[in-house]
Amino acid sequence: MSKEHDAGMSLIVKVITRFTVGLILLYGIYIVLHGHISPGGGFAGGVIIALSFVNLMLAYGKDVALKKLPRKTISFFESTGALLFLSIALIGFFGGYFFLNFISKGEPFRLFSAGIVPFCNIAISLKVGAGLFAIFIALVLLKFDWEKKE
Amino acid sequence: MIIYLLCLMLFCCGLYCILVKRNIIKIILGIIIAEYAVNLFFILVAYRMEGRAPILSSEVEIVNMVDPLPQALVLTSIVIGLATTTLLVAIAMRIYEKYGTFDITKIKELKG
Amino acid sequence: MIELYILLVLMIVGAIVTIELKDLLAAVISIGAVGMVLSIVFLIIKAPDLAITQIVVEMLCFIILLRATLKKDLPFSTTGSWLFNTFVAAGFIAIFLFVAVKAFKDLPEFGYPIMRVANIYLKEGLVKTGASNLVSSIILDFRAYDTLGEATILFTAVIGVLTIVRRIGRKKKDEIVEEDDE
Repeated sequence: MSKEHDAGMSLIVKVITRFTVGLILLYGIYIVLHGHISPGGGFAGGVIIALSFVNLMLAYGKDVALKKLPRKTISFFESTGALLFLSIALIGFFGGYFFLNFISKGEPFRLFSAGIVPFCNIAISLKVGAGLFAIFIALVLLKFDWEKKE
Repeated sequence: MIIYLLCLMLFCCGLYCILVKRNIIKIILGIIIAEYAVNLFFILVAYRMEGRAPILSSEVEIVNMVDPLPQALVLTSIVIGLATTTLLVAIAMRIYEKYGTFDITKIKELKG
Repeated sequence: MIELYILLVLMIVGAIVTIELKDLLAAVISIGAVGMVLSIVFLIIKAPDLAITQIVVEMLCFIILLRATLKKDLPFSTTGSWLFNTFVAAGFIAIFLFVAVKAFKDLPEFGYPIMRVANIYLKEGLVKTGASNLVSSIILDFRAYDTLGEATILFTAVIGVLTIVRRIGRKKKDEIVEEDDE
């Protein structure tokens, strides 16, 4: 095993994490995209996406996780989510009022339906996931003086 | 009506923990318990006897749905609760760094 | 409905255990149990969206609370003027219970809600928005202002945590600034 993989937990945890972390991320994306026809939605999906990276970081240490998702990317995703949600709301002004459902409703019970609702779900999931992961890395990477002595 | 009283007792547990305990982490746990009780109360008011979840289906006609409006309000409230909890934890860790204790009676002198 | 009563009593027992334990790590673990039981209660009273969100949020909250209590040799919580505090708290709780029980008379009976607003959403939700999940259609179409306010609060919380945690501007003279500053 290479030098940079020495940080983190034991070998069993690392192997299991390598198998499951992709599935957790995929499940989060599924929850987000099907938020308007089944239980779930942007909030739950965003937290699941954040938890997949948290899992990666707990198992492999901070270097591997921050190589996969650098800090610049996290702040970019969070800003993108906020701006996307606000711009969807503002585009509605051209048709009449704030948060107008300007895309056609489509056929119900299909994946591509319900107008702006899936796009709002994607924007909220980006915002919630990136924001909570930013809070997590800020709290975990915080090293205090009494912890350095050990 | 008994079920509302049980929910109220859960809230009183959180309130007691906030008022009596001196440890900052215990106070944060009390705030979390009170928040759980409030969320649960909203959903209990929305329940309808023999109700169904508010999700429409394409095959069968579902008539007896529960109230979806408090569920939508509580859904945002849960995520806000997580964000405020992390803010409280960050402040508590800074206090521990500065004073070396979680006990609020020993944090007396205003340094800087 | 008997399982709902059992689960609520279990939540109250978990909350009392959380309050009375002296060890902080065990208290954090037991509040995780309370959150998991709350998720099952949400599933029983027909709120599957909330059940998914609650169980996921509970895990992240648990990890963050563990970060706050781990690696600290904490003394057990001490008691000072224990008697006075308990009497004041009991007085407050008694006043609160008195007012709350009086207010219960105006509530609808459990199981028979007043659905004056929600009837419109239930009837016209599918036609007006096209989303079959009515909770999703309410938070993102009918009442999207709430969600906008929630996004603002979340953004403020993230900014607040990053500001409290950062090290630039708080350094003393003999302290070496870390590389990984925010």
